[in-house]
Amino acid sequence: MKKDLGVAERIDHRIICGMIRERATVLDLGCGNGDLMSLLVRGKDASVQGIELDGEAVHRCVEKGLTVFQGDIESGLADYPDGSFDDVILNQSLQEVKKVDFIIGESLRVGKRVIVGFPNFVDIRSRWTVFFRGKMPVTPQLPYSWDETPNVRFLSIRDFEDFCGSKELRVLEAVYLGARGTLTCCPNLFARTAIYALSRQGGRYTGGA
Amino acid sequence: MSEGNVGLTVTKEFTFGGPTDVVTLESGRKIGPVTLAYETCGRLNEDRSNAILICHALSGDAHAAGYHEGETTPGWWDALIGPGKAFDTDRFFVICSNVVGGCKGSTGPSSTNPETGKPYALDFPFITVGDMVNVQRHLVDHLGIERLLAVVGGSMGGMQALQWVSVYPERVRSAIPIATALKHSPQQIAFNEVVRQSIMGDPAWRKGNYYDYGQPQNGLSVARMIGHITFMSDASMETKFSRKLKNGGYGFSLEDDFEVEGYLRYRGDSFVKRFDANSYLYITKAMDYFDLSGDLFLPGRQKIDTRFLVISFTSDWLYPSSQSLDIVRALKKRRIAATYCELKSTWGHDAFLVEVEEQTRLIKNFLRSIPAVPLELNRVSKGRMNHETAACSAESGGA
Repeated sequence: MKKDLGVAERIDHRIICGMIRERATVLDLGCGNGDLMSLLVRGKDASVQGIELDGEAVHRCVEKGLTVFQGDIESGLADYPDGSFDDVILNQSLQEVKKVDFIIGESLRVGKRVIVGFPNFVDIRSRWTVFFRGKMPVTPQLPYSWDETPNVRFLSIRDFEDFCGSKELRVLEAVYLGARGTLTCCPNLFARTAIYALSRQGGRYTGGA
Repeated sequence: MSEGNVGLTVTKEFTFGGPTDVVTLESGRKIGPVTLAYETCGRLNEDRSNAILICHALSGDAHAAGYHEGETTPGWWDALIGPGKAFDTDRFFVICSNVVGGCKGSTGPSSTNPETGKPYALDFPFITVGDMVNVQRHLVDHLGIERLLAVVGGSMGGMQALQWVSVYPERVRSAIPIATALKHSPQQIAFNEVVRQSIMGDPAWRKGNYYDYGQPQNGLSVARMIGHITFMSDASMETKFSRKLKNGGYGFSLEDDFEVEGYLRYRGDSFVKRFDANSYLYITKAMDYFDLSGDLFLPGRQKIDTRFLVISFTSDWLYPSSQSLDIVRALKKRRIAATYCELKSTWGHDAFLVEVEEQTRLIKNFLRSIPAVPLELNRVSKGRMNHETAACSAESGGA
């Protein structure tokens, strides 16, 4: 189960909710306790399902009256027909996924758009910690110490934008979250979290599956 | 919320399918009249929207909850049915009926054939899970219920739940198939065939005509032993028996030295006293015939708004999680909302009967999320509140 990211989590939920249209069909990959799904049901009257591996988190989702599939993201996506959802959400899950290319490709097969939220591993605090203290950063957005982190992908905003470019993904919207909410200046240096809405560039996604 | 027991329950009977409306079975053969034994607990609400149908497994019966007069063992799913329990009888009207082909009050091979005045034995037509559900539907009609809040069951009960949605999706608001499958695998059919051969290989079976002589004890007992092995897991057998000896040492004989031997013999012997051998043959065959794979599940293109909660158990090797995932996969393909949960358990296939806490938490919360329906949707034009229903609710609500 994901660690509670505190206040920032709620802001990113609100931003994602703002990206989703009314009554959309949404799949939340790595949905955790279902807080974001609940917000989408309440705020957007969305028709939402989630995929989550952790048993206790699955219980929490069912407590909230949500539909959830217990399983890992990689195997859970395969059975949905093409275009099953308006939006597929990968919020704070991407960094824990091994087959990034495959997951993004599958998400854009089953959904029209994919919304990706991830921690920027190279914001100024992290750089400061690495440079002056010589240690791996542990922050509210990156709460794990090196020996217990579930993260397997460590990326910056610039890395992700390069990835989108090389995979011909169209960035429909990008929101950067810093210490005091959204920001536009030097996101790779100041943003702690980035949220992207992506779609295929014209035809099919060129990477993945 | 405190949990209670539903108290005393009585098995009731509903008979239909007389000369004018005989039941046509999937095999094409006809049967009638048909009697179904059933029990209910809780109270049917005014708009008849709170009925939950519980479907039993291979050797189950209508007595799912509460106690029969003078008995100390409660119904087979008493841990989950009752006030404050997963199927909260303060909120829901719970129905459970013995399947057609069974031997616990419903018409089956041991029932009297009205044409001969003797037990049907092998003259009883072969039945399918589809037939079980079709016959149950008559009972649900009789009780004046148009839409069931939920159809629930483990193992063969789960097959019936899947069959209900497949045939009557508009009458089922939610389904909870537990530790079950869309079809039997060759391994499952193989175990059932060994079970059947064990019964039929007993000379006392007499080609099914044993009713004047007594059950084929040895064959039926071994059949049940095989069943029990498949219901447990390696881990649960280790916990329960390990290599414990009954008398502290080896007897150097063919007596039951090990506790596991004693357990199987005890289970086998007690099964002979309570279950008809021919019913065991017929019902295992019905399970093997069951197949809702591919396009057979939810045929037609209509939109289905039945909600699903699919549950499997980690140590269940008889109905493994992969078979529950097949169900979920079929639902995803049809874009039907399904919650799937694989509960951790060491109890093997028996888990659906004994894993109370986690199942309760899931089922309670799931049922809470099934929206209330407007009154008019649940009206049955010809149905009416049956006097029997009202009376039995009061009966079973007491003590």
